[in-house]
Amino acid sequence: MAEAPAQAVGRMRLVESLVLGAAALALTAGVGAVLLLLGGYDPMAAAAAMVRGAFGSWTAFTSITLVRSVPLILTGLAVAFAFRAGVWNIGAEGQLYAGALAAVWVGLQAATLPPLLLLPLVLSASLVAGGLWALVPTLMRLRLGVGEVITTILMNFVGIYLAAYMVHGPLQERRGVFPQTDALPEAGRLPALLPGTALHWGFALSLLLAGALAVALRYSRFGFQLRAVGASPEAASVAGRIDVGRILFVAFLGSGAIAGMAGGVQVSGVTFALYEDLSPGWGYTAIAVALLAGLNPAGVVVTGVLFGALQAGAGAMQRDAGIPASWVGVVEALVILAVLCLDRVRRRVGKEAS
Amino acid sequence: MNQAELVLFLEASVRLGVPLALAALGETISERCGVINIGLEGSIIAGALGGALGALAFENAVLGVGVGAVAGLLCALVFAVVAVGLGADQIITGTAVTLGGLGMTGAIYRARFGATGTELSLPTLAGVRIPGLAEIPLVGTALFDQAATAYLAYLLAPALWFFLFRTPYGLELRAVGESPDAAEAAGVRVVRVRFLATLFGGLLAGVAGAHLALAHTGTFAENMSAGRGFIAIAVVVLGRWNPALVLAAALFFGAASAFQFFLQALGFEVAYQIFLALPYLLTLAALAGWVGRARAPAALALPWESKR
Repeated sequence: MAEAPAQAVGRMRLVESLVLGAAALALTAGVGAVLLLLGGYDPMAAAAAMVRGAFGSWTAFTSITLVRSVPLILTGLAVAFAFRAGVWNIGAEGQLYAGALAAVWVGLQAATLPPLLLLPLVLSASLVAGGLWALVPTLMRLRLGVGEVITTILMNFVGIYLAAYMVHGPLQERRGVFPQTDALPEAGRLPALLPGTALHWGFALSLLLAGALAVALRYSRFGFQLRAVGASPEAASVAGRIDVGRILFVAFLGSGAIAGMAGGVQVSGVTFALYEDLSPGWGYTAIAVALLAGLNPAGVVVTGVLFGALQAGAGAMQRDAGIPASWVGVVEALVILAVLCLDRVRRRVGKEAS
Repeated sequence: MNQAELVLFLEASVRLGVPLALAALGETISERCGVINIGLEGSIIAGALGGALGALAFENAVLGVGVGAVAGLLCALVFAVVAVGLGADQIITGTAVTLGGLGMTGAIYRARFGATGTELSLPTLAGVRIPGLAEIPLVGTALFDQAATAYLAYLLAPALWFFLFRTPYGLELRAVGESPDAAEAAGVRVVRVRFLATLFGGLLAGVAGAHLALAHTGTFAENMSAGRGFIAIAVVVLGRWNPALVLAAALFFGAASAFQFFLQALGFEVAYQIFLALPYLLTLAALAGWVGRARAPAALALPWESKR
């Protein structure tokens, strides 16, 4: 398979990426409205229901929108981190399941430990498992030259079915009624961030991670090397004397670990147990989240909350306006396509101007 | 395993392998000219819904396949405009088309048949028995008593091989996939070739989707494509971008998928999730093993802009 092309979206200044993001959202809203009209729906009613569902009350905003944004921010960071290095990790979904599985398993095995030990152990397990899940595609790319796009997608399916097997088989709850695991003990759960809401400490963790990644990419030696490899592996190797293989290895496994943590945070912050269909495709939505943010970690926080609002609003849209929630997938696709198209137009105009 | 069970297993292998073969043959053509279409999954699910709606509207499964083919083509058109026309990144464009295809078909299905998803009962593609060939012991009925879409796959594999390796158009197409700049200098219209090849791939993926809805089950379900678009792309790699090998690889994967039903039918107590994961694990193993560094078209997945 071919070498990964260097960049998903051209690098740009902050102002440019803000303008591009806003224009992409406007374009998405326009095309989405036309599609809804064609389907015989009222776009204004859809938008109103969506905004009400996502931002209508303090509870809706904190307990639904922000809670749903946590896995999107984390997987979005995972994707952005990999894409910046030129690693096409489409496998965040499988890595997330691996992380969730490991978190629950460790949490149940070590259930008697005190919170100060158990919670970090649970989250670390998810980090490690996510990284391990990325190891197979990483080695196949670096050792065998097999492109990671297909292998990461294949690992997604393996991860999803492994989780399904575990909750039907070895890890099924002791009651044996539902296909889910036993709940994590109290000590393995993330505490509430805002009293009286469902918002948990995972949100704070995702903000911290975004900040750390932003600083590391911008100011650290490793961040510089990673960006150089992402821009052009040949130039980085020849002119920069950078060990490209090592950077790709770290970026790939790091991305997998972050996606795995998304799974760990979800089970220890929200569901407390693992079950089938834990993720409604966060690993794929993450691509839209990361792209709309211009692969910028701080931007991922904003776009993650935006997509969290979209998913929170979709439920209200289905309930109040009778519009199927599956439309969220269409909106995500439109966002990605709008960003790609506008970026191409921007580059062409730029080329003609110079 | 007695002979009757073996025959059933082989029949199921071919039935499950055909949609992979159709989608992978189309993808072989587009990858040969440098376009990797991860949106294939979107084309397949669109073809499944298009096939279902068409079969309902015309009360005819064959016309349903036609509608499914058009639906698959429309999905590929979106991909082609953005990735080939505008030159955006192919992987990301394809991911978007897959997300959009799955979302859109889900939305249309629910709008048409209600949120609960009424169980659809569609006219199905009847088996076409080839006299003589179907009498061959063991493999006869498996290969030659199948829906018409199976014969399409059998005929396309040699036809596309001949097209790619024995005609001037095939040569031009491969040249575009190896070195678009050189091809353009030689007078080949690169963007047009890539556009047409991508649409052809979408058309076949649409037929593959229609086959899923109309030949397997006679029903449509959300997400029923179940990752076949991605497996088809892996099948292309396994078949080393050669239509004849691609057909063989697709049938092999059909057999891997049929294996789980088969074990269940025999009453083995194995967790079915493990067997659902089997085709994906086999693909990984095959990619790591015999494909190794099999050479992809040099310009695969690289956006290209005319230098003129």
